[in-house]
Amino acid sequence: MVPRFVKYIVKRGIILLLTVIAAVYITIFIANMGGYVDEIVKSDLYLSISQSVRQNPTYKALNDTQVEELINAIFTNELKRIGFDKPFIYRSFAYLRDALSLNLGRALFLSSDSGSRNVRIIIFERLPNTVLLFTTMQLLLFLIGLFGGLFLSRRYGSFLDRLSVLLAPLSSLPGWFYGIFLILIFASFLRLLPYGGMVDVPPPTDKWGYALSVLRHMILPVMSWLIAYTFIGVYARRTFFLMFSSEDYVELAKAKGLPESLIQRRYILRPTLPPIITDFSLTLISSWMGAIITETIFNWPGIGSLFYIASIIFDSPILVGLVVIYAYLLAITVFTLDFIYAILDPRIRSGGI
Amino acid sequence: MSSFKQNFKILLIYKSALIGLITILALTGISMYTVFSIPYDEAIKLWRAGEQYWLDNPRNAIPSWINVFSSKKSPETIIFDTQRPQHGVSKAIVQVSDRFTRIKIEFLLNYEYEDFPSELNLFLKSNYNKSSPQLSVHWVKPNGEDIILNSFLIYKEDTYYISNDDRLASELKSMISKKINGTIGYDAPIAVLLFASEDASIINPSTVNVMRGEYKLWIDGIAFEANVNLDAKLVVYGKVFGWAGTDHLRRDLGIALLWGMPIALSFGVVASVSIALIQMFIGALSAWFGGRIDSLIQRITEVFMILPFLPILIMISTFYKFNIWILLIIIIALSIFGVGVKNYRAMFLQIKEFPYVEAARAYGAGNFRILTHYLMPKVIPIVIPSIVLSVADFVFLEAVLAILGLGDPLTPTWGKIIYDAYSNGALYKGLYHWVLEPSFMLAFTSLSFAMLGFALDKIFNPKLREM
Repeated sequence: MVPRFVKYIVKRGIILLLTVIAAVYITIFIANMGGYVDEIVKSDLYLSISQSVRQNPTYKALNDTQVEELINAIFTNELKRIGFDKPFIYRSFAYLRDALSLNLGRALFLSSDSGSRNVRIIIFERLPNTVLLFTTMQLLLFLIGLFGGLFLSRRYGSFLDRLSVLLAPLSSLPGWFYGIFLILIFASFLRLLPYGGMVDVPPPTDKWGYALSVLRHMILPVMSWLIAYTFIGVYARRTFFLMFSSEDYVELAKAKGLPESLIQRRYILRPTLPPIITDFSLTLISSWMGAIITETIFNWPGIGSLFYIASIIFDSPILVGLVVIYAYLLAITVFTLDFIYAILDPRIRSGGI
Repeated sequence: MSSFKQNFKILLIYKSALIGLITILALTGISMYTVFSIPYDEAIKLWRAGEQYWLDNPRNAIPSWINVFSSKKSPETIIFDTQRPQHGVSKAIVQVSDRFTRIKIEFLLNYEYEDFPSELNLFLKSNYNKSSPQLSVHWVKPNGEDIILNSFLIYKEDTYYISNDDRLASELKSMISKKINGTIGYDAPIAVLLFASEDASIINPSTVNVMRGEYKLWIDGIAFEANVNLDAKLVVYGKVFGWAGTDHLRRDLGIALLWGMPIALSFGVVASVSIALIQMFIGALSAWFGGRIDSLIQRITEVFMILPFLPILIMISTFYKFNIWILLIIIIALSIFGVGVKNYRAMFLQIKEFPYVEAARAYGAGNFRILTHYLMPKVIPIVIPSIVLSVADFVFLEAVLAILGLGDPLTPTWGKIIYDAYSNGALYKGLYHWVLEPSFMLAFTSLSFAMLGFALDKIFNPKLREM
């Protein structure tokens, strides 16, 4: 029993790792944009070398051509040192190794609030903001969807049920889109809530004031996603539960006269929970990365808006770094879920699959 | 085919589907009209021509139909042109000697609006040879008072931006202040100073009101040679324009709203249909052949699932600045190995075992024939609802790229309008129409597809219909 289980887990782990490697390599290739970034790096390097040479009093005595030669010599040396004398394809593997070991290097242009150019510091400074906002949203959506769905599946055909079916198409409009209207109404017209940002400027000094200010700034983005995705969430869960509640074993449980709450807990919720949990965790992780436009519209200082800014100014190390961290997060989540299900699912446990 | 007809009949029973279908048809009709009446090249030219092309339009004007609903009527743009004879325009050129020509141009303006115009410009054109004519521009208010706005020499093609004349502004201000024995403390624009009632109300920006009646702008000119002609065009810019209003570059938003429609529709439909078909084909390949092909396709799919779609797309579109149609191809290319492949594969794994497929194989149908004639047609009806539903997603995807400023730089789209509005602070300045119009178009389009899609879902998935 144990070897089969271990074999399955190891195999999944290796496949996931290879997947991450391939995904990161593709990203590196795109992020280099056909050599353009190399040119930026080179011209940056040349500029800094020529400045340092020209400002160095030791070289004051040299004439122009000698200075030029000196700069060029240092420049070629430096290129060799950072590996720029080789074609991109060689360097891409070095980049891949660095990226995978989370040695993300230094940003080309951006710096963190604390002034660091280290990509990892820049990203981890902003990641908590994104996690805070989007985990709140997704948790709310998940809970409303789950309990709303259960509730409606019990009251199938009622007024509320038909209302949820009627309102489901509203979810074809994305969250940020409702965000525009919310800003228009609550910030621009009523002037009740801030236009965007995460905290008042200047930020409140005491802890409670700070938390309250962040909470105030979270209202509109959270509301926009709730408006956009509540109806479809409830509708989808309700349909899902309805399909399961017509299964034979549920009918049997009803026939046995088991209490309603027990049927829901043991016969409907339990078998449907694994796909729901998978769905939730994957949606949660991808919302951290996919919410670029929501963060941009609400000016939320998370990794989505960081990605946007970095892509506008061609800061490739940050772009690659974000994708790497995202790929790792997703892969770890998938692996963890695989692991848990492998333990829980008797079919995998005994090697049926 | 009969089942299709039957399904269509059921479709008409659902009111939401009917509404969705009618809206989509209407949108398609308007798109066709737009494409034929304003050719693509011309639309781009109109949209990118720059401010010179639109000089007769007011800036940031609201749509004119708002006047119907508001109690305070906003002014329309009034244009007087000596080259186009109309009531209130007169021009007299008198040959004084062979060295002098006197020119007098008069515009009579009957101003009955309750709100001030937004700007005034005077466009001048003259055909002199050597020495430029000297003009003085006069303004006569309804109470008969004559003010000289400015005197200057002109070029052959010249414009007197009356609203931008700072010297005139301060002069008018001190003149009026003296008359009413008070000071105008705020930064009153020239359009207000020229048209305001000169009493105590002018001191406060909230009480200042229009002096209604007949205004006159007249030009007294002397040219220093014979046979000189002068044409003038006075534009008194209003605050409303057309059915859609204008933006910060005086462009007619109507053009972009109209052209956004065929672009959004074709973008959404092409993307969703082709992605669904290609994913379906790959899923069928994977399920039908199995073995190495299957596992290769599955691994590629997993790689693409781990890549964040929108960030990668944003990266590509900032780095390579593609136009909208190449962007569409890239979106399709990035999506063909999406999560859909896995779903289709699961469906085909079941269908593959059906007896009719077995039968096809028995009489010798080739692999390709089985894929395209036996497997895929079985799945298409089931996925039509999701194809229709995903049209909305791609319409919004284009808008997202445009709003981030990454879309096609040339083509006018709805997302582009929202982007312009945002980057010019439309919401802070209260220019709500600028954001609301394209937003409503987006919402309208995707809601109609969503309503149709949800109804189709119930029809094609009978298990849902029972519920």
